[in-house]
Amino acid sequence: MLEINNLTVEVGGRRVLKSVDLKVDAGYTNVLFGPNGAGKSVLLMTLMGFSGYNVVSGEIIFKGEDITRLSVSQRAQMGMGIMAQRPPNLSGVKLHDLLKVIAKDPKEVEELAESIDMTRFFNRDINVGFSGGEIKRSELLQLSAQNPDLLLLDEPESGVDLASIELLGRTINTLLSRDCKCPGDRCRHGKSALVITHTGQVLDYVEADRAYILCNGTVMCSGNPREMLSEIKEQGYQECIKCKLMQI
Amino acid sequence: MQADADMRKKAEDALRKSAAYGEDFDLDEYSAGATDVRYEEKLTDLTAQDKRTLLNVGFTPGEENRSGSLIMIDNAIAHTSLHDKDGVELMSLRDAMKVHSWVRDYMWKLVKPDTDKYTAKSYLQDANGYFIRARAGKKSKMPIQTCLLIGSKQVSQTVHNIIIVEEGAELEVITGCSTKHGVEKGLHLGISEIYVKKGATLSFTMIHNWADQIGVRPRTVVHVEEGGKYINNYVTLKPVRSIQTYPTVLLEGKGAFTRLNTIAIAHPGSELDLGSRVIFNAEDTSAELISRTITTGGMSIARGEMIGNANGAKGHLECHGLVLSDKGTQRAIPILEANVQNIELSHEAAVGRIAREQIEYLMARGLSEEDAIGMIVRGFLDVGIQGIPDELRADIEETIAKIGENAI
Repeated sequence: MLEINNLTVEVGGRRVLKSVDLKVDAGYTNVLFGPNGAGKSVLLMTLMGFSGYNVVSGEIIFKGEDITRLSVSQRAQMGMGIMAQRPPNLSGVKLHDLLKVIAKDPKEVEELAESIDMTRFFNRDINVGFSGGEIKRSELLQLSAQNPDLLLLDEPESGVDLASIELLGRTINTLLSRDCKCPGDRCRHGKSALVITHTGQVLDYVEADRAYILCNGTVMCSGNPREMLSEIKEQGYQECIKCKLMQI
Repeated sequence: MQADADMRKKAEDALRKSAAYGEDFDLDEYSAGATDVRYEEKLTDLTAQDKRTLLNVGFTPGEENRSGSLIMIDNAIAHTSLHDKDGVELMSLRDAMKVHSWVRDYMWKLVKPDTDKYTAKSYLQDANGYFIRARAGKKSKMPIQTCLLIGSKQVSQTVHNIIIVEEGAELEVITGCSTKHGVEKGLHLGISEIYVKKGATLSFTMIHNWADQIGVRPRTVVHVEEGGKYINNYVTLKPVRSIQTYPTVLLEGKGAFTRLNTIAIAHPGSELDLGSRVIFNAEDTSAELISRTITTGGMSIARGEMIGNANGAKGHLECHGLVLSDKGTQRAIPILEANVQNIELSHEAAVGRIAREQIEYLMARGLSEEDAIGMIVRGFLDVGIQGIPDELRADIEETIAKIGENAI
């Protein structure tokens, strides 16, 4: 589904990602751990093609096609979707108007909106005056309407109270496995995702297949998400850096 | 009589007096608009092209959801019809002067004939226009529609309108201003004196659709009494040579309120100098001035002015200007003046391009770049104007879609 090869990215003239290699197979949900400033959000923004994220070298392969130079729209139309951490305010653009344009199944969107209490935000300007949790729910609703094949989720649990994390987590899980008939089918028919998580809380609701650790713009290692999370909780990221240095 | 003679003398002296703002038009370049044009009994008999012209400024020839209609072509009334005779009076100003002796008491009281050459010209030509009166306590369910058309080349159209909304009445007026197909050059001079009496409400929407070489000089003053409400929507989204206007609302009675919305697009070659002024002359009066302008290469000047002369006055002014071309200019000029202590006047003004991250946010949802810009522009211009017919809405959509395409 997604293959990142040797990707080096600059933001504002500063090299933030250095020779990143990463893969998300079809139907897999991979997570990205890393300390603040490691470049996790930069990676997701680069994958979506936002301006200001300058690919110096390397390539992004999506569904077998090199999309490194494609526009944001082209990537979205190919089936990539993002839940940004700090999306901009869109004064004057009503949530409902955007949903109408992007929804492939309007009825399903209405139902989801109802279940996550977003119907009352339909006539509000997108993100204007939304709380942290409302932004997340609005992003999820938009992503659901868009129904992409690869979901890029940037810290879905940040800025959300404990009770709402459960709702968010469950909604994400439904979104990821929406076409699946049985759990064993997930890898073949479910959605693919790359999820940034700081706390790992979202892993209580979403089955993750593989984890990557990003430090200082470089992938340190990859492995089983739960094992890596407990390792990080115990040892911190310093251990990852040391471990990587020893390999060199 | 002596007063009339004095006023006439003043107006004659003002014929060469330039306006404070905007391009200075030479009135001698334009001949006076015709005072006799074909009268249209039935609007359904109009040609398809004329119907289209009317629809594009919010005037529905089929009169769906309208309580009355009046059309002025050049300097003559070409149609009048009224369905809500119980609640409203609609006729030409000249006829109104014959019907009611008191109409003169409302003429040239708010707008002074010697303000500038345009008001002087209109005064000296004894300009005709529409007279609309909502009777006391009557609430008209559907809007009155009027259209001011320039029908011949190189003429100056002079218009004098009077609207009176009597105590406790509610009225909605939609006025479309346009040119007949093929008329490129002309001048529109429009005097509007509007009276909103105690506890009355007037919603007044004006939609412009001129041509490349038309100069437009409206002169409007609104007088609002105690508890009265005046809502004004000013819409000009098509190319025009120059519009300069600075409508003034006088809040003269306790608790009076006004909201003035301006939405405008300055195309290449257009000069839009659009102001709004509110003078708070009574206690606890309030106002909201909202200006949303876009330049795609023309000059856009948004003047907003609030002068507080009475305690308890509250006003907010919002001037937002989008710049969608390197060739255009956006100028926002907010003015706030407090002349007593207990006043709250505020403003926010911002001019600039659409933030790239906003466009890309929508692109990440699968919209093309032009559609994303279109959606942002549509939202920017949406100030919730009611009563716009579907045809005009479709025309506005088309204009916005073109802006999206051209902005890339």
